[in-house]
Amino acid sequence: MSAQLLTYVFVGLTFGLYIAIAIWSRSGSTQEFYVAGGHVHPVANGAATAADWMSAASYLSMAGIIAFEGADGARYLMGWTGGYVLLALCLAPYLRKFAKFTVPDFVGDRYYSQTARVVAVLCVIFISFTYIAGQMRGVGIVFSRFLEVEIEMGVIIGMGIVFFYAVLGGMKGITYTQVAQYCVLIFAYLVPAIYISLMLTNVPLPMLGFGSTVNDGSGLFLLEKLDGLTEELGMAAFTEGRKSTVDMFFITAALMAGTAGLPHVIVRFFTVPKVRDARISAGYALIFIALLYTTAPAVAAFARLNIIDSLNEASYAELPDWFGKWEDSGLLAWTDKNNDGKLQYRGGAALSPSKPVFTDDRGQLGQRLVSNVQTDNANELYIDRDIIVLAHPEIAQLPNWVVALVAAGGLAAALSTAAGLLLVISSAISHDLLRNTLAKNLTDAQELRWARVAAALAIFVAGLFGIYPPGFVAEVVAFAFGLAAASFFPVILLGIFSTRMNKEAAIAGMLSGLTLTAGYIVFFKFLAPEMNQAEYWWFGISPEGIGTLGMLLNFFVSAVVMRITPAPPVAVQEMVRSIRIPKKVD
Amino acid sequence: MDSDSKKQTNDSQQAYWRANVTTLLSLLSVWFLVSFGCGILWVDTLNQFSFFGWKLGFWFSQQGAIYAFVVLIFVYVWRMNALDRRYKVEEDA
Repeated sequence: MSAQLLTYVFVGLTFGLYIAIAIWSRSGSTQEFYVAGGHVHPVANGAATAADWMSAASYLSMAGIIAFEGADGARYLMGWTGGYVLLALCLAPYLRKFAKFTVPDFVGDRYYSQTARVVAVLCVIFISFTYIAGQMRGVGIVFSRFLEVEIEMGVIIGMGIVFFYAVLGGMKGITYTQVAQYCVLIFAYLVPAIYISLMLTNVPLPMLGFGSTVNDGSGLFLLEKLDGLTEELGMAAFTEGRKSTVDMFFITAALMAGTAGLPHVIVRFFTVPKVRDARISAGYALIFIALLYTTAPAVAAFARLNIIDSLNEASYAELPDWFGKWEDSGLLAWTDKNNDGKLQYRGGAALSPSKPVFTDDRGQLGQRLVSNVQTDNANELYIDRDIIVLAHPEIAQLPNWVVALVAAGGLAAALSTAAGLLLVISSAISHDLLRNTLAKNLTDAQELRWARVAAALAIFVAGLFGIYPPGFVAEVVAFAFGLAAASFFPVILLGIFSTRMNKEAAIAGMLSGLTLTAGYIVFFKFLAPEMNQAEYWWFGISPEGIGTLGMLLNFFVSAVVMRITPAPPVAVQEMVRSIRIPKKVD
Repeated sequence: MDSDSKKQTNDSQQAYWRANVTTLLSLLSVWFLVSFGCGILWVDTLNQFSFFGWKLGFWFSQQGAIYAFVVLIFVYVWRMNALDRRYKVEEDA
């Protein structure tokens, strides 16, 4: 069977499975809709959390980024898993004991302020929508490349599926579909990785194969061979970082604190029965996450090797099928600088500006022509990082069913995260904004109806983001992490660990952290992008890492302000003491 | 509850919280050492050593830190459950 037909079969089967689960686990109450009734088994919650956490960025983009950046890619590996440790140790168990539905619930109650609650709602909505835009791009890429339907149609189908199980099933439906989606995505990620690890090193486990010798008879370690090749071609050696230590430090810290404050992941810990379950389920989740995160750098190294091997000095006329397909989707481009009909893959960007702008014409060999200026280095190839995971099985000439499986896995990763985010947006609107702020006399049934309406609206907006993607998605995602690190994380952390922390300190801290972070990012990304270089950065910190500085400022301002303003009400202090103790206290 | 036993519970809960914070701080120092330490600050120094087919610093930043994170969470679960029992603050069944 052709890869395309197989992809239809796999995607059809998995979508059918998700719908069946949704029908079986419909929600009847707000309790079920928001937190799945609060009795999800810790292992199931662990798998659902892992699927929730691992987005299209983890599945589709991360290995691609590491493949091209080598050592510097570690900031994502450590940032996203290390942030999870912060969440599991410092936030999750206490928020579980707090036992409400949402993060704005906690902020609003802990800081006894409706303003704080509304600000938290707005932050949740902003973070969730930026995140969803990325998921929808992932869905669009998979559909357009593998099923050869228009991106619009792909997004509409994807939204339809999410609509069905999120609106009908709420958190209960989402939880059990996420468990299924985790199984699909991890299987789809590991199978090609194991295959390729065997092909290159004879070692079946990719996380070990990555540190073994290659089986081409040279006796070299895989990474030695890769370092040699990359240097020979005038690129940075794969295992040498190019970012400064300071910048790596700050970016990694911002990613950690930012991910620890992601509302759609925090809310997963409200779904287990007990504090003890919240702790252990965080452990299961990290095992499930680590399975993909320790495989990703191996996939990255394998892919880089295979790309150099199959593309460098290959003649365009004899290239395999997949090259043309990705070229058609605009994610690969070749410009024949020396007119030899062969691809030279070297260091440096091939084009200026670096992203290709295609004309409608084709060259003599059938290649798509670009209107960019050719740079004066020898590199002739543009490769979009987002295609690595999807294209790798084809590059390595794996069987068609593996190629199809990877596409189904990508959809599972994007849809599971999108569903989690949609639920957070819907509960922020129906629960925090309506029930707790604007319309306090809402009955449970009315609130549930509003939650469904809000979810449907959120899906519609997210769909628009997918069909008309804002050009600045990547910038905005960096923004979301930085803002979460500089605002949510300190406020929640201090809210648990300090009884003295009060409303005034929280507001002053958030405002100062947000102003610094947003100001710095807006300046370098939007106002003066030409100055976005290390020599102009404060202390050598790039806009990606500024959230860490914002977070430190937030902590500092909070610490000062809480000492010169009145202590929080006794009832609030009592609440803080009670969430620290697993047992119910009277 | 009379005021004496209430005070006792209070003291014991404070002791529990202090033990909790100590556990957290020691686990987080390991967390910091394996990631920010071995993976970022000392990566160049560690890269002079090789560890199977990896440079050691590179291995920490792309594999080792993640394995350590998993172990840390399980140690945390085990330590906290023990603390809950010792200070009798476990949740009712």
